[in-house]
Amino acid sequence: MEQVASIPATAAERILQRRLRRGHLADRLFAYTTMLFAGVVLFLVLAISVALLVGAWPAIRQFGFGFLTSAEWNPVTDNYGAVVPLVGTLVTSAIAMIIAVPVSFGIAVFITELAPRWLRRPIGTAVELLAAIPSIIYGMWGLFVFAPLFAEYLQPWVIEHIGRLPLIGALFSGPPLGIGVFTAGIILAVMVIPFVTAVMRDVFELVPAVLKESAYGLGATTWEVLRHVVLPYTKVGVAGGIMLGLGRALGETMAVTFVIGNAHQFNSSLFMPGNTISSTLANEFTEATGELYTAALIELGLVLFFITFLVLALAKLLLLRLTAREGERT
Amino acid sequence: MRKELTRVLMVAAVLMVAGVASAAAASKSKQISGAGATFPYPIYSKWAAAYHKATGVRVNYQSIGSGGGIKQIKAGTVDFGASDAPLTKQELDAAGLVQFPMIIGGVVPVVNLPGVKPGTLRLTPQTLAGIFLGRIKRWDDPMLQELNPELDLPDSPITVVHRSDGSGTTWVFTNYLSKVSSSWQRQVGNAKAVSWPAGVGGKGNEGVASYVTRLKGGIGYVEFAYALQNQMNYVLLRNRAGDFTKPSIEAFQAAAAGADWAHAPGFYLVLTNQPGQQSWPISGASFILMHKVQNDRTAGRTALEFFAWCFEHGNEMALDLHYVPLPQNVVDQVENAWQERLVGSDQQPLWTRAASHE
Repeated sequence: MEQVASIPATAAERILQRRLRRGHLADRLFAYTTMLFAGVVLFLVLAISVALLVGAWPAIRQFGFGFLTSAEWNPVTDNYGAVVPLVGTLVTSAIAMIIAVPVSFGIAVFITELAPRWLRRPIGTAVELLAAIPSIIYGMWGLFVFAPLFAEYLQPWVIEHIGRLPLIGALFSGPPLGIGVFTAGIILAVMVIPFVTAVMRDVFELVPAVLKESAYGLGATTWEVLRHVVLPYTKVGVAGGIMLGLGRALGETMAVTFVIGNAHQFNSSLFMPGNTISSTLANEFTEATGELYTAALIELGLVLFFITFLVLALAKLLLLRLTAREGERT
Repeated sequence: MRKELTRVLMVAAVLMVAGVASAAAASKSKQISGAGATFPYPIYSKWAAAYHKATGVRVNYQSIGSGGGIKQIKAGTVDFGASDAPLTKQELDAAGLVQFPMIIGGVVPVVNLPGVKPGTLRLTPQTLAGIFLGRIKRWDDPMLQELNPELDLPDSPITVVHRSDGSGTTWVFTNYLSKVSSSWQRQVGNAKAVSWPAGVGGKGNEGVASYVTRLKGGIGYVEFAYALQNQMNYVLLRNRAGDFTKPSIEAFQAAAAGADWAHAPGFYLVLTNQPGQQSWPISGASFILMHKVQNDRTAGRTALEFFAWCFEHGNEMALDLHYVPLPQNVVDQVENAWQERLVGSDQQPLWTRAASHE
C-alpha cells in the first residue's frame, strides 16, 4: 500500500482521486441522511410511548393492573377501567376481519385469475376508489343508510331465528336498534376490504405465470393452483395485507363512533351498543377536566398503542415460524 | 450635515407614529379571544359579528367545549372562557377567576313515538328519572299510562339516548335528575359525563337528535334550540310548582327570573328545578369566566365592553336563535359585579357603567 501511495501521482490522477473521494463523501452523506430519517421514526415511536406513559402515570399509579380488568367507567366518582372499550376494540376488529378477509380474498382471486380481461381494470379501480373515501363518510353512510335498513329488514329476522339458538343465541339478542357492536364491525369490514384486496391483488399478480401454468399443465384445478401455488408463494404479502387491514380496524375512530352506540356497558349481545378505545377518546377528551380523567383516557391510548404493537409483533412471529417450517419440509 | 438632519427627522417621525399607535392600543384592543362551551357558540359568534360591524373590534370565539374553555382560561391563553357548568366559589377563588351568566337556554327531553303528537306526552320528574335509570323499560308501563290516560302508548321498549361526549347539556340534565331523584343522585350523580345506567350514546346534540329520530321508542335530551329547529317531539314536564309545562322562551325566562341570583356566591346558580308556575324545570345559564386581575387592562376592558354591548343590543339576536336573554335585574347584578370585582394589575376597576355609557 505504501508503495502505491509513494508513486507520484500525475495531475490527472489526482483530479480523479479527488472526484472519487468527493463521490465517496456524497455517498456517506446520503447514507447518514437516510439513517437520520429512519432514526426519526424510531425516535418518534419512543417519544410517543414515553409521552403516553407520563400522561397516563396518575391513572397507572391509582388503578394499577386493575385498570385492565375493571369495567367501571364513571367520571363522577373518578373510577376508570378499560375492559369495555378494550373488548369493544377487539370484538369489532375481529368481526371486521372475519368478514373482510374471505371477501377480499375472493375479490383478489376474481380480479387476478378469473375475470375476463376487460373487467379487471374497472373492478380494480373501483376497489381503489373505495379505499380513498374518508372514514367519516363511511360513518355517515353506516348511520343514515345501513343502520336503518339493517334494523328494519335483517336484524329482526336474525334475532327471531338465530337469537333463539343455544350458546350463540345470546350474541344476537336484544331489540333491533340498527346501531351497535355488530354494525360497527360490518362498517369496519367495508372500510378494510379495499386495503386488503388491493394488497392481495398486487401480490397475486407477482406469481410467475410459469409456476401457475405448470400446475395447470399437471391437471390442477383453479382452487388447487390457488391453494398450492399462489398462496404459498404470496403468503408474506397476504399476511401483510391482512395486518394492514387489522391495523386500520383497530384504530378507526370516526366511522365507529357514528354507529357503535357509545355506551360504557358490557353486553353479551353484539346487537347492543358498546364502545371502542378510539371512539371513547374522540368522545370524551375535550371535556375531560380532572387530572385522573385525562390520565385514564391517555392510558387507554397507551393500551391501544400496546395492542397494535402486539398484533404487529405476533404477525411477524407467525410469518417467521411459517418460513422456518417451510425450510424443514424441503 | 443635511444627511444627519434627515436621519434625525426620520427617527422623530417613526417615534411619533409609534407613539400614536401605542396610544391607540392603550385605549382599545383590536381583538379579543375566548374559548369554551359549544352550546352558546351560535349566539356568541352572531354577537361577535354584529359587534365587529358596529365597533371594528374582533371577538374570536372558539367552541372547544366547556372543559376546554376552563382549561384555556386557567392557562391564560384566552381573554375569557365560557362554560355551561358553573364553577363553585372555591374553584373560582383557587384559580383567581370571576364568573357571571351570559345567556340562558334549556334542555328538553325529546321522544320518538309514532302516533303521539309533539307536546302531548306528560312526564313527572320521577318517571323521567325512572326511564333514564333503566327502571321503566316499556312505553306501556302502568306509571306512564296513568299519567297519559288519553294517549295510546305503544307496546314497545324504551331506548334511552344520551350524550356520548362530555357536555354542559349533560351537566344541566343530570343536575336536574340529581335534584329530583335521590336514587339518581346516589347511583349516577351530576357531571358532564356520567356512567349511564341504560341506553346508547350519540355525539353532540346532533348525534342524540339523529338517534332519537331513527330509533322508534327512543327518548333523549337536547338543547331547546335544537329540538325546535329539528321539529322534534318534545314532552311536557311537571315542574316544582306541580304544573305540566311546555318548553318555551317564556318558561325559561320564568325559571331565570324566579332564581335567587343575589344570594348565589360567584353566581354559582343552576336554573334547574326552580320555583314558579310557568318555569321549565331543566333550564340552565351559560357562564363566562375571566381572571379577577387583568394584567392586560385593555383586553380585559374590551371584553367587558363587548359583553355590556351584548346585554344592551343583543336580545333580539338571541331570541332569533331561540336563546333566552338574561332578565334585566340579573344583568344589573352582573354589571355591578364587574365594577366591584374585576381590576387591572394596578388594582383600579377595569370597567364602570358610567365610562361604558359615555
